[in-house]
Amino acid sequence: MLSGLTTWIDERFPLTALWKSQVSEYYAPKNMNFWYYFGSLALVVLVIQILSGLFLTMNYKPSSADAFGSVEYIMRDVEWGWLIRYIHSTGASAFFIVVYLHMFRALLYGSYQKPRELLWIFGMLIYLALMAEAFFGYLLPWGNMSYWGAQVIVSLFGAVPVVGDSLTEWIRGDFYISDVTLNRFFALHVVAIPFALVFLVIAHLMALHEVGSNNPDGVEIKKVKGPDGIPLDGIAFHPYYTVKDMVGLGVFLILFALVIFFAPTLGGYFLENANFDPANSLQTPPHIAPVWYFTPFYAILRAVPSKPLGAALMGIAVVLFVFLPWLDRGKVKSIRYRGPLFKFFLYSFAISFLALGYLGLQPPTPAYTLAARVFTVVYFAFFLLMPWYSSIDKTKPVPTRVTYHAH
Amino acid sequence: MRIDRHKKRILAFIAALAALPAVGLAAGGEAHVEKANNDIHNQASLQRGAKNFVNYCLACHSARYVRYNRVAADIGLTEQQMVENLLWSGESPHSTMTNGLLADDGKQWFGVAPPDLSLIARSKGTDYVYTFLKSFYADPAKGTGVNNLSLPGTAMPHVLWELQGTQEAVWEGHTDAQGNVQKHFKEFTLASPGKLTPEEYDAFVRDTVNFLEYIGEPVQARRQALGYWVIAFLVFFTLLAYALKKEYWKDVK
Repeated sequence: MLSGLTTWIDERFPLTALWKSQVSEYYAPKNMNFWYYFGSLALVVLVIQILSGLFLTMNYKPSSADAFGSVEYIMRDVEWGWLIRYIHSTGASAFFIVVYLHMFRALLYGSYQKPRELLWIFGMLIYLALMAEAFFGYLLPWGNMSYWGAQVIVSLFGAVPVVGDSLTEWIRGDFYISDVTLNRFFALHVVAIPFALVFLVIAHLMALHEVGSNNPDGVEIKKVKGPDGIPLDGIAFHPYYTVKDMVGLGVFLILFALVIFFAPTLGGYFLENANFDPANSLQTPPHIAPVWYFTPFYAILRAVPSKPLGAALMGIAVVLFVFLPWLDRGKVKSIRYRGPLFKFFLYSFAISFLALGYLGLQPPTPAYTLAARVFTVVYFAFFLLMPWYSSIDKTKPVPTRVTYHAH
Repeated sequence: MRIDRHKKRILAFIAALAALPAVGLAAGGEAHVEKANNDIHNQASLQRGAKNFVNYCLACHSARYVRYNRVAADIGLTEQQMVENLLWSGESPHSTMTNGLLADDGKQWFGVAPPDLSLIARSKGTDYVYTFLKSFYADPAKGTGVNNLSLPGTAMPHVLWELQGTQEAVWEGHTDAQGNVQKHFKEFTLASPGKLTPEEYDAFVRDTVNFLEYIGEPVQARRQALGYWVIAFLVFFTLLAYALKKEYWKDVK
């Protein structure tokens, strides 16, 4: 009966063929470690955000008069509205946590290197779309931090020479952040960017399955195949990685639920205190800071005395990732076989990113500004000096097979 | 070797950074904040707080997102008790906590419309509200006769003066490098006692703040109670998934 149905479908749509090529006969390296959970988790969070967002949209009102009240209505009067809203607000931060870890994994194991350049570029486009999605979404609750955060970020476009002022006006659709701005940000947040995100995720996965997954040894498993044409170090994604990812998903959901049920604002880091005051165009919050996932770049912006230069550096800091495949002249992929220079620059970059994230949350003081400048220099040194240090680094020999110890 | 030294320097720098906030606090340690120590699971306290709120706050402030019947159900009052104790005459139990004061009147009388208090404990924090309500002191220079240490120049009169009595602020001064005298707050003294003792007044404010925290997020208590079940399920799910993974991965050599 069921197999009859499958045959009926397969004659009209490549269901079984797709399942086999993408899942049950997609061979992934058997040595993928902890760092390899975050790709599938990012996909899970995307689905969580789309579903929770759908239900929020049913009760949210995108107008400056009603937005704030409609969010409180969701929190108080809509059945399970509070849960859906906390899932969505926590999901935003969770998205960035898993994506940052996913990106760091690529840096650790050289996953952006040939032949995975396009895979990496699609990933970076996803990251840019995610930032846009988070930025547009943050205005929607129409709290005072929403309002002033949007005001600060949009005004950055004013730093563009010549067209700056007209550009900010074009983005806002008004002379200030207003009802018009809220409406268009809503449209971008629920229609345009999610579409782009889903499309890019599909492209990212297609590119991944074309070239195959990298692994902690940075060894191409397709180079050593058995007589059946299956890579000797490869195992079927399903069932091996589906069951393994399920464990990762369980641990992730425990942490996710701990935040939702016991600390949904996470001390003001996931939901900022000042955002429980409605938007007020006449009164700024005591201290304007973006949500934590943007603060590394915000710290770079503030570290530069000139606003146009700071805005430019901030943009470059984000975009530089795209060029990694060509900046890296290293002969090996994985950190396991890299030399001391690369390790030094990568770890100082990671420290700088975290430190800038911390500094971006704090009010600026002379000492903090100095620190932010130092870390900004380290941040850029990682990228700009990479062609030099990656080519002269003393690397270790790479094995032909992956390292794996059966448990 | 050279690299190790650099790494150490960076680590030392990070450690120094971590210490910076402490320096900041030591320098600006003037902010006077007392702990509210309220407990939203204490229903008796919430009931007293609701009564205080309706009697003393709701005349000028609103809590426009808060429904009376939801409050009653959450803090353990029957609808009858709520109608008798909390509702103003003529209001429906299903209505939200609005007030009789028009925003324009408020603006005219106080210079600023009294803010809605639905979310005050979430935006400002319970400790802040607790401290604010205890920090009014006599200041003849002000039209209301009082000022507030937490929010200097506040337009709000000391609505609870009858209960607390009149406080006076004691300042101590020192002369700075420029020869100007800098005033620092030292303590409050009770110039004339109110109806309540200081301890009773603290308890009164604590109950009120407790109610404000509750209305900031009415679902808070239920959210936490549900959380334990969700976490328990997820731990069970994860253990099951782990056992399944172990079973499958036995074959991977």
